Amino acid sequence: MPLWAQKELAGWGRVLRATGAAARPERVADLERIFADASNGSLLAYGAGRSYGDAALNSGGRSVIMRRLDRFLEFDPASGRLVAESGATFGEVIAAFLPRGYLVPVAPGTGFATLGGGIANDVHGKNHHQAGSLGQHLEWFDLRLPSGELRRVDPAHETELFRATLGGVGLTGIIERLCLQLKPVPSNSVVVRKKRIRDLDAYLEAFAEERDRAEYVVGWIDALAAGRHLGRGVLEAATLSTQDVPASPAKALRLPANMPAFALHAVSVRAFNQLYYSRVPSGGLEYRQAIGKFLFPLDRLHDWNRIYGKRGFHQFQCVVPFEQGRAALGAMLELTSKSGHGSFLAVLKAMGPAGVGYLSFPMPGYTLALDFPNAPGATELIAQLERIASDHGGRIYLAKDSTLSPERLRTMYKALGRFREVLAAVDPHGRMQSDLARRLRLRENA
Amino acid sequence: MSEHWLVLGASSSIARAFARQAAARGALLTLAGRDLEDLQSSAQDAQLRGAPSARVLACDAVDAASRADCIADAGIPGTTLNVFLAISEMPEQADMDTDPALVSRMIEATYAGPMALLQGLAPQFELQRGGRIVILGSVAGDRGRRKNYLYGSAKAGLATYAEGLRARLQPSGATVTLVKPGFVDTAMTWGLPGLFLVSTPEKCAAAAMNAAQKGREEIYHPGFWRLIMFVIRHIPATVMKRLKF
Repeated sequence: MPLWAQKELAGWGRVLRATGAAARPERVADLERIFADASNGSLLAYGAGRSYGDAALNSGGRSVIMRRLDRFLEFDPASGRLVAESGATFGEVIAAFLPRGYLVPVAPGTGFATLGGGIANDVHGKNHHQAGSLGQHLEWFDLRLPSGELRRVDPAHETELFRATLGGVGLTGIIERLCLQLKPVPSNSVVVRKKRIRDLDAYLEAFAEERDRAEYVVGWIDALAAGRHLGRGVLEAATLSTQDVPASPAKALRLPANMPAFALHAVSVRAFNQLYYSRVPSGGLEYRQAIGKFLFPLDRLHDWNRIYGKRGFHQFQCVVPFEQGRAALGAMLELTSKSGHGSFLAVLKAMGPAGVGYLSFPMPGYTLALDFPNAPGATELIAQLERIASDHGGRIYLAKDSTLSPERLRTMYKALGRFREVLAAVDPHGRMQSDLARRLRLRENA
Repeated sequence: MSEHWLVLGASSSIARAFARQAAARGALLTLAGRDLEDLQSSAQDAQLRGAPSARVLACDAVDAASRADCIADAGIPGTTLNVFLAISEMPEQADMDTDPALVSRMIEATYAGPMALLQGLAPQFELQRGGRIVILGSVAGDRGRRKNYLYGSAKAGLATYAEGLRARLQPSGATVTLVKPGFVDTAMTWGLPGLFLVSTPEKCAAAAMNAAQKGREEIYHPGFWRLIMFVIRHIPATVMKRLKF
């Protein structure tokens, strides 16, 4: 049985792809063998393929697909600590432990992402303003260093390595196992309140209002609305409910093929956004919903990235500090609505504390995420958005990125120098590589 | 009596998925195989997914002494034994052509070893008067194909053995289910070209558990392989000998 096979892997946005040898270890012994074989060349872990750009791609190098190392190893019902292999997904943890009254402390927008990928990107969720990002809830993880040595990394004793690995997009080695502090919840559901927000200023006020009131807050924005409607949308705020909802196995739909390009034409996106806005009555909505459905609204539609057709799409996500947030968001939304590039899913959220990782994305401020079909002019538009983010002291999320330049990255991530120092010590020969690392020159000392 | 599943060859992906199926049913588990560290992880996983207990048992199918130990330790008092067997080795046929030792090894690992294990366990099924046995076979055993007939003939032998064992255990009420996977996305098919409509280990394991509970004699997975193999089984020998696949 050959360990390696030639495979093409793609980012979730399906614009960036990489061809190279890939292994999919089913036991830890396979991983040990992979690291022991020096002829293997450059390595990079690949989880569930939910990073949008090239963070998990390694063209010409070797990819180690971690999805099959997905076992739960220990759970302490008293403390809520879970030890699991890194290929398990957030959704699997919820499926297994929510019935026992425990929830992942932080969940990204999809339950299909792996826990290892969650660490490598220090993911955040709709509760970031209260809970922070994944790194704030990790007891430790076991990291297979580029040398092949397995090291237990906890924030107190291996601070440097912890901070370089958390959000470090896989460049310090391969995460094999982790210990995550789950959070006790009174039921399997949340009470969701939805309300219309008329414009950007109203949005920012609403975030300030909900900050202490709701555990989960997220805003959907009609990125095509202009003029006095600029920044209008629907705010969702949710608190944990004490009442269970019947556990109904959600029927998954699958997008069977690529949608034709015209399906996401500016006109249809405009119509969709209008509908999404108007469907919420002016007095708002309140309902109880299963936690999983609330956390992962798109997971019912498998392969939803095919909506954007064969050409794929880019995702832009930035965070800008609160002080300059209004100006930056206004400029970005104006630019987007004028461009006419249909952004189907625009998400706005107020973030809480900064991440612990040197390359952690989160910081106090507003985060805005926009999707753009990979059409002519899209990358130019995104470059302009990146400039606005950068000019206002913001940064871009590497898990989403496929267009940033090394120069801009440097101004955005102030701790890049520290990251590089740790990397130089732990991987002097540059065994861990990725397309993103090469594109953004993450390893080089400037 | 509570349900106990002995999974032989428990590190393979279909066997692991099967163990999770059994755990979800609340069955006790014994995971047998060679990589004990890996099996220990799977045992812990099974317990967190509903198995009241899960233990690890050393079992090397090509080692007679190890097989004997495994057979002796297989049962758990007060429980009904059920067996899921997923043991095989499929070296490249070209390699076996040049290395006779590899042929012996393949036969031992795919046919003789599994047969000896099941034969040793059979009396326990007669004694307990019931239980399920699931054997992971292969569509490769249905016909002798030029490209894969060494391995295929071992799987054919195992299929014939399964049929006989089924007849022997019939009076006791124990059932024997032979599962013949077509293309399933496992380490064995990783990177093989020309695969189509590939199923997952999880789906294969669920189908196997379902078939076992119904006492089915034989299933193909995915189900449409029954049709494909129906056609292939009816290719006349005079045509078969001219085919290159």
